[in-house]
Amino acid sequence: MRMRTVEISVGAFLLAGLFALVLLALRVSGLSVNADNTTYRLYAEFDNVGSLTKRAKVAMGGVTIGRVVDIELDKKTYMARVIMDIETNVDNIPVDSSAAILTAGLLGEKFIGISIGGSRDFFKDGETIDDTQSAIVLEDLIGKFLLGSVGKDDEESNDSF
Amino acid sequence: MSRLLDHVATLGRSGLEVLQAMGRATIMLGMALFGRSSSHGSMPSLVVKQIYAVGVLSLIIITVSGVFIGMVLGLQGYNILVRYGTEQSVGQMVALSLVRELGPVVTALLFAGRAGSALTAEIGLMKATEQLSSLEMIGVDPLKRIIAPRFWAGFISMPLLACIFSMVGIFGGSMVGVDWLGIYEGSFWGNMQQSVDFWNDVVDGLIKSVMFGFVVTWIAVFQGYDAVPTSEGISRATTRTVVYASLAVLGLDFILTAVMFGDL
Amino acid sequence: MNQENESFIEIRGLTFMRGDRVIFDNIDMDIPRGKVTGIMGPSGTGKTTLLRLIGAQLRPDAGKIFVDGRCVSTMGRDELFRVRSRMGMLFQSGALFTDITVFENVAFPLRVHTRLSEQMIHDIVLMKLQAVGLRGASQLMPAELSGGMSRRVALARAISLDPDFIMYDEPFVGQDPIAMGVLVNLLRKLNNALNLTSVIVSHDLSETASIADYLYLLADGHVIAGGTPDELQSSEDPKVRQFMNGIPDGPVPFHYPADDYAKELLGERP
Repeated sequence: MRMRTVEISVGAFLLAGLFALVLLALRVSGLSVNADNTTYRLYAEFDNVGSLTKRAKVAMGGVTIGRVVDIELDKKTYMARVIMDIETNVDNIPVDSSAAILTAGLLGEKFIGISIGGSRDFFKDGETIDDTQSAIVLEDLIGKFLLGSVGKDDEESNDSF
Repeated sequence: MSRLLDHVATLGRSGLEVLQAMGRATIMLGMALFGRSSSHGSMPSLVVKQIYAVGVLSLIIITVSGVFIGMVLGLQGYNILVRYGTEQSVGQMVALSLVRELGPVVTALLFAGRAGSALTAEIGLMKATEQLSSLEMIGVDPLKRIIAPRFWAGFISMPLLACIFSMVGIFGGSMVGVDWLGIYEGSFWGNMQQSVDFWNDVVDGLIKSVMFGFVVTWIAVFQGYDAVPTSEGISRATTRTVVYASLAVLGLDFILTAVMFGDL
Repeated sequence: MNQENESFIEIRGLTFMRGDRVIFDNIDMDIPRGKVTGIMGPSGTGKTTLLRLIGAQLRPDAGKIFVDGRCVSTMGRDELFRVRSRMGMLFQSGALFTDITVFENVAFPLRVHTRLSEQMIHDIVLMKLQAVGLRGASQLMPAELSGGMSRRVALARAISLDPDFIMYDEPFVGQDPIAMGVLVNLLRKLNNALNLTSVIVSHDLSETASIADYLYLLADGHVIAGGTPDELQSSEDPKVRQFMNGIPDGPVPFHYPADDYAKELLGERP
């Protein structure tokens, strides 16, 4: 009879441990249970990615639709090449959409925001977003502001930042 | 000059002793887990009994410590983050520090103190009272009958305890953050879910706790099995278990963190 | 069992050292089958060590020990555990498993080595406990027993598998006179009824001499005498006489080897 209470409490302990793990997975890390998290791949080339990191989110209208998988330097063009995985159910991003590196709040982390274009053709797996806007580097901005050349410079070289 | 040589010799001798002990510990574990001789008797029921002793009986200290650590983290995090107006990130901070570091490490330290020392003392006393010898003479291998079930029990219990610790701690943090300090519940959990990754944070923490469970239990059963069978020997062995296990956990934690999160 | 072999245990050229101290120096011994053999000697002569060597819990530095014609000192682990299931050993402290009841202690060897039904185990255990006079204590925990009682439970456990051979390590220490008398009778009867071979390690001269068929005297790592109790009683050897009559100091030193007493007391540090 005593052995039975031991067995029951051990069983309860094992269940509690596994339950805690499930909670950690679902409640804390937000792992979604639906196995339909297949993705397709998009590329984008930026002059400057700033402090964008792997696993940064890709958002559209504020909703997360994917993650940055990797960032590498394109040796031919000297541009930063960002590789993103986009959720398969978001399959209607127009081909003339633009990607920008944005900051969540003033000091928050960097993420990629996609602004929708007007085309009726949509991106497919392996394609590259051409219209990109680099990260705003705060130091450059302050430097230019001090030289009083923000407005002028901005018109002349729009793609520098 | 000769005194200096004496010191060098002492150092060398203690180094050799450490190596010998490690060798004995490895042989002991190998024979306990992979030895050929049959274990006589049902292994699962022996393991269940030991899980009760090392796991279930550690639950109270683990949950109570978990709640308090989570609450402290919530409070401290809030006090710092509120200055930058980012108190919504309290949930993220509490969850990440618990899941990655504090869960596995603090659980392992408590586990070494609560269950590890008990294992060492129990096995050491069995040795001192000739129970291990008498098992041998009955024709039962004490490595199989005594050491192996205790090792498996510790190895299984430790990760589960760490999960419970982290989860309870996060609830403690939400109690302080959401219910007491009034952080909006949605952003508390939402921020957390966005920054905690299942594979990179939860699973890595789980791997850590599995490794810690292995090391702490191994040290505990070996110290008991290798203890000098006197009251002084057992008290020393028990102390050694807690000291060595804690040091091993902290050292191993650094290495694992460097490998998992440091891109090494 | 090969019956033609007279001795159950043969010890040949046994040498055993603990650190630099020589415990046994090249000794030979024969323990006859089906008899009670007493091994006696002053404390610290390694009587318990000898039992552990026979049970192969310790390995000799030189020499061989044969149990029932098979050499245990070079045997592999698996085989050793099989051989040991036919040996019983009664430890000085009793060595009961403290986490299970008296009943379960006695049942333990049966559970691990046989596949008997629960009813059979129950009956055997109660028979063995009845034999040592502790049937009423079957549901007690070992911590609730006195030292003498735990030794009797340990005896019941040692005979639960009906072994061929039992070693007793100081069985008479801590027994009250009644239990002592019962125990002496019990050992003798067990030996006759089960055709056991028994080895008793003890320094209780009169009890051991009263039940042993053969006695060995150990001192200084050597066998100083061997024979039936009567032979030893009438021996002229001064060492034997000293032990049999309990004279404090004689050829067998009472003192552990030490520097000169007067010199050490007067503070001349070596």
